[in-house]
Amino acid sequence: MKRIGVFICHCGINIAGTVDIEKLTSQIKEYPNVVHVENYKYMCSSPGQQLINQQIMDKNLDAVVVAACSPSLHENTFRTSVQRVEMNPYNCEIANIREQCSWVHDDKQIATDKAAKIIKSMVEKTVLDEPLMPITVPVNRKALVIGGGVAGMQAALNIANNGYEVILVERESSIGGHMAMLSETFPTLDCSQCILTPKMVEVDQHPNITLITYSEVVEVSGFVGNFKVKIKQKAKYVDWEKCNGCGDCITECPINTPSEFEQQLGERHAIYRPFPQAVPNKVIVDMDECIQCMVCQVFCPTDAIDFNQKDSIVEQEVGAIVLATGYQLYSLKNLPEYGGGEIEDVIDGLAFERLLSASGPTQGVVKRPSDGKIPQDVVFIQCAGSRDPENHMPYCSRICCMYTAKHAMLYKHRVHQGRAYIFYMDIRSGGKDYEEFVQRVMEEERVVYLRGKVSRLYEEDGKVVVCGTDTLTRRNVEIKADLVVTATPIRPIEDIDQLSKLFKISINQNGFLTEAHPKLRPVESLTSGIYLAGCAQAPRDIPDTVAQASGAASMVCALFSSDQLYHDPIIAGVDEDLCSGCGICVGVCPYSARTLNREKGIVEVNEVLCEACGACSAACPSGAAQQRNFTDIQLKNMVKAILG
Amino acid sequence: MEISYYPGCTLKTSAKNYEKTGLALLPIFDISPVEIKDWVCCGATYSLTSDNLMYQLAPIRTLIRAKESGNPRLLTLCDMCYNTLKRAALFIENDEEKREKIKNFMDEEETDYRGDEVEVVHLLTLLNEIGSQKISEKLVKSPLDLKIATYYGCMLLRPKEIQADSAENPQLMENIFQGMGVEVVEYPFRTECCGSYQIVNRREIILDRTKKIISSAVKNNADLMVLSCPLCDYNLEATQKELIEQDSNFKPLPVLYFSQLLALILGIDPEINDWSLHNIDPTPVLKRKGLL
Ligand SMILES: Cc1cc2nc3c(=O)[nH]c(=O)nc-3n(C[C@H](O)[C@H](O)[C@H](O)COP(=O)(O)OP(=O)(O)OC[C@H]3O[C@@H](n4cnc5c(N)ncnc54)[C@H](O)[C@@H]3O)c2cc1C
Repeated sequence: MKRIGVFICHCGINIAGTVDIEKLTSQIKEYPNVVHVENYKYMCSSPGQQLINQQIMDKNLDAVVVAACSPSLHENTFRTSVQRVEMNPYNCEIANIREQCSWVHDDKQIATDKAAKIIKSMVEKTVLDEPLMPITVPVNRKALVIGGGVAGMQAALNIANNGYEVILVERESSIGGHMAMLSETFPTLDCSQCILTPKMVEVDQHPNITLITYSEVVEVSGFVGNFKVKIKQKAKYVDWEKCNGCGDCITECPINTPSEFEQQLGERHAIYRPFPQAVPNKVIVDMDECIQCMVCQVFCPTDAIDFNQKDSIVEQEVGAIVLATGYQLYSLKNLPEYGGGEIEDVIDGLAFERLLSASGPTQGVVKRPSDGKIPQDVVFIQCAGSRDPENHMPYCSRICCMYTAKHAMLYKHRVHQGRAYIFYMDIRSGGKDYEEFVQRVMEEERVVYLRGKVSRLYEEDGKVVVCGTDTLTRRNVEIKADLVVTATPIRPIEDIDQLSKLFKISINQNGFLTEAHPKLRPVESLTSGIYLAGCAQAPRDIPDTVAQASGAASMVCALFSSDQLYHDPIIAGVDEDLCSGCGICVGVCPYSARTLNREKGIVEVNEVLCEACGACSAACPSGAAQQRNFTDIQLKNMVKAILG
Repeated sequence: MEISYYPGCTLKTSAKNYEKTGLALLPIFDISPVEIKDWVCCGATYSLTSDNLMYQLAPIRTLIRAKESGNPRLLTLCDMCYNTLKRAALFIENDEEKREKIKNFMDEEETDYRGDEVEVVHLLTLLNEIGSQKISEKLVKSPLDLKIATYYGCMLLRPKEIQADSAENPQLMENIFQGMGVEVVEYPFRTECCGSYQIVNRREIILDRTKKIISSAVKNNADLMVLSCPLCDYNLEATQKELIEQDSNFKPLPVLYFSQLLALILGIDPEINDWSLHNIDPTPVLKRKGLL
């Protein structure tokens, strides 16, 4: 016979208010296998825990049931506590008589009877509980970071600086992401390139970082500590071992095509690097544009051009993954009210960044796209598609208030006589020194802030007519602008759906990657071993991106701090004698933890992948799939106790 | 195929041209419109009061008449009627409590109405369902060198729950006319407000709007304007005369219901039009373009 102790908590009056504790105690005393019952005001307090441990030793208990609040609150507390007197933690169970009993009843009689049943049923479970040991798995202490924007770079550097190897996969030919496109950054106006380039170089030269650019992950398998990935390296048509980045090929290439990096405002060649500071400083050939005239081959001093190159796949094994795939801007095409992308002088924020950038297509002189004139009247439209649940995106993109203020300021610094107008709904400048920055733009830079929305835009006589309303003066406003800059929503990358399927992590209704807990686990995904950083998770500015990336990196380092990983031993195993190898459980397992071994004719379990949901146990026709400490017999006995 | 038809008040009075030409189009595509019996006023503007259900009775009565006719769809030509009928249907479909109240109030009515039994459909939607290809097959006159401005206003496009097309970039008329080789000019005010019922007490607003909308269409080389709403027609057409008197630089533009133009192109007898209902005579330009 098992010697079980039951410890009933009053939880102040939370339980004792509706449950007659003394009566309950005497009822439980009579129950088979129970050798000791005791109650106490706060069982989770330090004296409460000591009381349990004392009785375990004095009464030589094999197992304990703590009748208290939900196991999600204090199961861990009590299981850790009983280990101090050398009881196996899985012989300590919680009977929830608070959330499932005292809180939902008024009638003391009913509540007391129900509490007794809950405890008895938990005693029945405990009788057959086995001592369990955590499952250990080796950890491959190498990380994979996907996305080489500032988020991915920061995460990679932090992990690498902790002494672990990192593979950084970027789908463009250079790392840098959107930050490389920005001119100056709010609120301090430091030059984006100047603060980013050293980081890019550091990533490139770090002995612990392997940089794989112009590549994408195409297959993922395995589990925390032991992922296997396949990375597709797209054909570059240039042998990067040989390419020295001299750029002679670029100058000679006869093809010109709009540059993606310059937001179509400038041109690039068919053989190119996205921007001069690209890291790695190597070129690629855009085969859609290339006419194979072979001029590049002629001029290449290192004989690096190779038109026979093909896509290739490399395989890697890693222990943790950081997703930092960043964002894209909502296309102006989606905004017919603002010209639907058809009006040349209506541009988005990133295009304006390029017009402001000293290394941009206009060398930092603000010229409008249609005719290259320096605009004298510029209208900025905030929330151009954000916070518009009826027509566009319901959420606030969070950074636009700040970058629009920055845009207006930088414009005024470039064109002193120019007039800048900003249409806004609210100003959201909650960040360190942010509000002061916006105030400076309003007061010192004499930018006109108009609170209201723009209803439509149209082109007339070489101007863009902006029709809006100023809700503070309650007047309609019409401004004939030379240039209009729209703050369009921050969206996840185009193929976020595929990415979420590939890595089996969820996205929210707007496509942003979902964190494990919005407050307490903001950098983890629900799949253990996969972490999130940057705008892929939600719109955010650079300081927040970097902070979050560092957070994700430290989670990775914590995982890597031991070469073993512990997994909860409550998993569903297979009784090999009973298993007929029908394979039904393989199909129902949502975690791909079960596989059919055809040779042996039985199902095998990858214990680390099993999350103990119990789907297999329910589906198994022969009772071979049994969840540890939740066996069919245990559950039957528990039900009997409740009904009896 | 039969379709129930709800005319509304203006189509029997100032917008006769719209009714005659609009209905004349349908037999070409084997559709016979059947005017529902005992129809009443559509309510004219959709009531936004939530506690006085009286205003919903008229459109719902009409929907009941449509249900009794046995046809699943109810055709409207007037944008206002489309708007009020469709919104009233949606209103009681989504609010069970209000639906019961209205039902109890109208207990002499034999048939009750849930909201989803009859689909209110506008003539433009119907024609778009037929498709520009099929319509073009019936082409009698190829109107060479005709430039039109389309005008939508708001009632067909807003609010979103009942919109017949995108509120910002509608294509219902474009689809039909471009398909037959008519050039639809680009100008910024296709969906601008015409001033609506402000015509009653603040005429200056309508004069201001008309001037802006018409002048922009003229500037973009439109030969004429087509639209589908009788109130827009009244505001944009009738007030042009005053503008001519006020401002010698103002260039007027003939305004037609889209069905009038379509009927001419498809070879329907022009005589069914009463040209005297127009304040800005469209016949000279129609003759010049070989449509009369
Ligand atoms: C107009 C504008 C102005 C701004 N100004 C400022 C400012 O002044 N100050 C400030 O703090 N913030 C500013 N921001 C915000 C700033 O751009 C972001 O906070 C920052 O770039 C986010 O970095 P990230 O790494 O998360 O994303 P990104 O910069 O988007 O980087 C993501 C990277 O991942 C890569 N990638 C995507 N998918 C894959 C894949 N499947 N496989 C491999 N690689 C992939 C992309 O190619 C990219 O390199 C501005 C934003 C805009 C739009």
